[in-house]
Amino acid sequence: MAADTPERTLRLKLRVWRQRAGRPGAFEEHELPAVPVSASFLEMMDMLNEQLVRQGREAFAFDHDCREGICGMCSMTINGMPHGPIPGVTTCQLHMRNFRDGETITVEPWRARAFPVLKDLVVDRSGFDRVIQAGGFITVRTGSAPEANNTPVPKAVSDEAMDAAECIGCGACVASCKNGSAMLFVGAKVTHLSILPQGQPERERRALAMVKAMDEAGFGNCTNYGECQAHCPKSITLDVIARLNREYVRARVKEFFSTTGKPRKGGD
Amino acid sequence: MSDSTCQACRPSSIGKKVVMAITGLVLAGFVLGHMSGNLLMFKGPAAIDAYAAWLHANPALVWTARLVLLVSTAAHIWAGVTLTLENRAARDGGPSVEATRRASLGSRTMPYTGLVLLAFIVFHLLHYTFQAAALGGRKFDSVYAMVVAGFTSVPVSAFYIVSMLLLCLHLGHGFSSLFQTLGLRNERWRNRLDRLALAYAWIVALGFVSIPLAVLTGCLK
Amino acid sequence: MNLDAKTPAGPLADKWANHKAKLRLVNPANRRKYHVIVVGSGLAGGAAAATLGELGYQVSCFCYQDSPRRAHSIAAQGGINAAKNYQNDGDSARRLFLDTIKGGDYRAREANVYRLAQLSTSIIDQCVAQGVPFAREYGGLLANRSFGGAQVSRTFYARGQTGQQLLLGAYSALSRQIGLGAVKMHPRHEMLDVVLVGGHAKGVITRDLVTGEVKAHSADAVVLCTGGYGNVFYLSTNAQGCNVTATWRAHRRGAGFANPCYTQIHPTCIPVHGEDQAKLTLMSESLRNDGRVWVPKDAADCGRAPADIPEDRRDYFLERKYPSYGNLAPRDIASRAAKEACDEGRGVGPAVDGKRLGVYLDFSASIARLGEGVIRERYGNLFDMYENITGENAYRQPMRIFPAVHYTMGGLWVDYNLQSTIPGLFVGGEANFSDHGANRLGASALMQGLADGYFVLPTTVADYLAGVGLSGRPSVDAPEFRAALKDVNDRVARLLAVNGTRTARSYHKELGRIVWDRCGMARDRAGLERAIADIRALREDFWRNVRVTGGADGLAPELERAGRVADFLEFGELMCRDALEREESCGGHFRTEHQDDGEARRDDGRYAHVAVWEWQGEGAVQRRHEEPLRYEEVQFSTRSYK
Repeated sequence: MAADTPERTLRLKLRVWRQRAGRPGAFEEHELPAVPVSASFLEMMDMLNEQLVRQGREAFAFDHDCREGICGMCSMTINGMPHGPIPGVTTCQLHMRNFRDGETITVEPWRARAFPVLKDLVVDRSGFDRVIQAGGFITVRTGSAPEANNTPVPKAVSDEAMDAAECIGCGACVASCKNGSAMLFVGAKVTHLSILPQGQPERERRALAMVKAMDEAGFGNCTNYGECQAHCPKSITLDVIARLNREYVRARVKEFFSTTGKPRKGGD
Repeated sequence: MSDSTCQACRPSSIGKKVVMAITGLVLAGFVLGHMSGNLLMFKGPAAIDAYAAWLHANPALVWTARLVLLVSTAAHIWAGVTLTLENRAARDGGPSVEATRRASLGSRTMPYTGLVLLAFIVFHLLHYTFQAAALGGRKFDSVYAMVVAGFTSVPVSAFYIVSMLLLCLHLGHGFSSLFQTLGLRNERWRNRLDRLALAYAWIVALGFVSIPLAVLTGCLK
Repeated sequence: MNLDAKTPAGPLADKWANHKAKLRLVNPANRRKYHVIVVGSGLAGGAAAATLGELGYQVSCFCYQDSPRRAHSIAAQGGINAAKNYQNDGDSARRLFLDTIKGGDYRAREANVYRLAQLSTSIIDQCVAQGVPFAREYGGLLANRSFGGAQVSRTFYARGQTGQQLLLGAYSALSRQIGLGAVKMHPRHEMLDVVLVGGHAKGVITRDLVTGEVKAHSADAVVLCTGGYGNVFYLSTNAQGCNVTATWRAHRRGAGFANPCYTQIHPTCIPVHGEDQAKLTLMSESLRNDGRVWVPKDAADCGRAPADIPEDRRDYFLERKYPSYGNLAPRDIASRAAKEACDEGRGVGPAVDGKRLGVYLDFSASIARLGEGVIRERYGNLFDMYENITGENAYRQPMRIFPAVHYTMGGLWVDYNLQSTIPGLFVGGEANFSDHGANRLGASALMQGLADGYFVLPTTVADYLAGVGLSGRPSVDAPEFRAALKDVNDRVARLLAVNGTRTARSYHKELGRIVWDRCGMARDRAGLERAIADIRALREDFWRNVRVTGGADGLAPELERAGRVADFLEFGELMCRDALEREESCGGHFRTEHQDDGEARRDDGRYAHVAVWEWQGEGAVQRRHEEPLRYEEVQFSTRSYK
């Protein structure tokens, strides 16, 4: 880029979803005359909101926070794609240079029954939290942990756990899945914890409890479309779903053959 | 944790998927076997009729197979219908613009290809197994003669051929997918299994399709 | 104002153990009768809420995000320090303590810092047991790296996402307690006031960001872990929602605010690209391990492509000025050196507002030495992020970096128990002022947040609860709660009633420009005095002319923003005033009047103290108090990284 020439800008038409909780929503159309190509998608949304407020109109509510692709708060379906057209990035890391001058952009919330719209582009993702609360943890009382280097973990195992642990819990997997399934999210957490030695004592309990919570939260069933992997901003792979399936079946089989008919419980 | 009786009557999402995968495996195995048997048509009337006679001479085997197939099909349909309805509800309409990045045609059409195959199975059983009169059925002593007579009808053959191509689409997704559901797939094996599934689906479909085609083109008469 | 730090007696290394042994305990059967409010769910708040819940207290935890997992601790990239000495390179709690005190430019409290260094090792044990996937060596043991000006390898890390993994660890512990019913989580809630009854903090007023409901919550103690105030600069590496409101409201209720002028400017951020930018992105400091910082020697070369500038026309200014630390010089020093180079007209990259504000961070030497694969393994995600934002490939051309506000060392004053000047109001993590002095070393923020949350607060809050006993918790119908509710509702109504012409964001931007220019990397008396006047004028204009649309019912992002900006407009003035009164240079506070040829000149005789500001009412200037810093073990020395 030549240093001293003015930056290229885009004229954009926006179709943005407007909705109040519990009521039907609709698209509103707006225009932005000059969006710099270096702006992020959310900075473009800021410009739209500034324009609306100056006109005395209500700004669009949208979720966003860290704006560096790690908190998982931002959540927009852009032209039908959660987090927009560039694979491997969140909405906040999507930049306007990826759009064309004169383009019409459709912006709508995550669409899934388990993620009801709270307002405009903001959805309720607390179903994810309930899944974690059901079993997405290793029980360890503060202060009771053994010396960290007492348990060696092979680097390959640790790396694989980290691959899964990179999940930011944004919900794009659910939003992109044609079944509204949360298997990629749940699979990532189950994979992370079930392959580490520290996660073994609660391994079966965790898989069963998290799948149960997932089903209760109203997510759909996985039918192996693979859209979740293709839309995951952290490029988490379907491997974690295969592992979740395996962990679940293993736990059910163990439960079936256990003397009490129930998995051994760890912790509380 | 709820008690296990309740769990059994309301299986989990993964439970239903496992049912789908295992019954799918049974059915996929069956279609390959069925197709292989059918290919005896090309060895002449004596071969296929002898095969049919051998089957009739082993009723225990035939009825066990039929029972397994019946149960598998019923469970496969039940799981498929339940999953599809639940998934439709969970999707809540989806975005106004539908964008697909990777889901294959086969994966997106599973419920539809499944329904057509169900219709096909009903027709097929009436046509050849029960030789229903309503379908112009006459009683044949020779399987070979029955098949040739059946496929001489262009609409019947066309329905068979179209159905088998849809079976190809169905198997192309299902056969690889079942490994994923049973937890036996990873990134390294994904492409290999996808290719294997594709090969499997085409072998089965082409094997089946070859017979009506051969009849229509006069190679089998 | 009572500024008794309650530092325990005895040798430094034994203070925490001795103190713990003396703290009062709460009988396990009685714990569930106490209700503790924790505001914030980052490393400090999440860990404190989880641990207090696990101990048996009733805990209510509030956060403004939709899930506790999203607190901004998640964005910390580089790592967490711990004095494990796994590398056998001579590390110890004492050395970590000394490095932290020195790194903080002798403006932190000795006893607190020593405790932090001691607790660091337990944090690693705790996190590993929770399943935090720290980097490991092939033998399966934990890996370490050297980080941000340390001469030992004591930093534990999880790729470039250490903060994320530690937060997810704390979040999982918190989630377990939520699932068990021990902690009641209130996501999408913003704390708008602290309620004092009989001089003690006994509750908070919150606004439910989804329904708009303003509600009072009473408790036996209140813990604030609400992060720093870096967003006063508008552009910073903080998350959009980070704000000073919780601590500022507590300050207005009587909590002393300590050292607000200590702000950390991080040297390795992606330069500003334009007017409508809302956020600066940090590139982990670990990049400086393998990258060399330079600008052209001659301003005439600045417009040329970096590859066209020959080696002998490049100025590797950190290596030149600080030969023993080179590119790993501490943050404040590296930042200031970059600013100086740009002030001399030697900045690089596209000009914004007519100035090139950027320096090169060049990996070509490391790529030549180690191979691109090794660099990709170490920093792949950071290089991807950089390319995504700037459209430039840093494997082929140098990165451009520039300093940005990153962390704030100041915060609510706390004693050794992390209790503020309001009894019953505890403050942890970045929200307090306690452990980093005038400058924070890399990989210490995560350590402090978790030390406070897991180990210090649960112990000291218990002592307070045992002291006040079971009769303490008032009803939310008490007059103090009703008055606080009315204050909050009145303020919301006032914001909506202005109905002027300017957006809250435009005020925030203007405030940011004032403080960045005059209270940023270099400060002087005239500039600070002007900044104070400008901020006052801007604040008055805000209350006459701000426009808040969307009302107060339900999700009201403009109302949220306006409330936070209004608090920043008050806080910004205090920050400048603190900078004005501190007539020395130390750590992140650099007064151009107090320097020796570009190097900061501390004045230990007059300023070896914590400046604590006491609210004096609306419109009045706060009163400055001092807590002297007494060093028993450490000798003052001039921080030299040459």
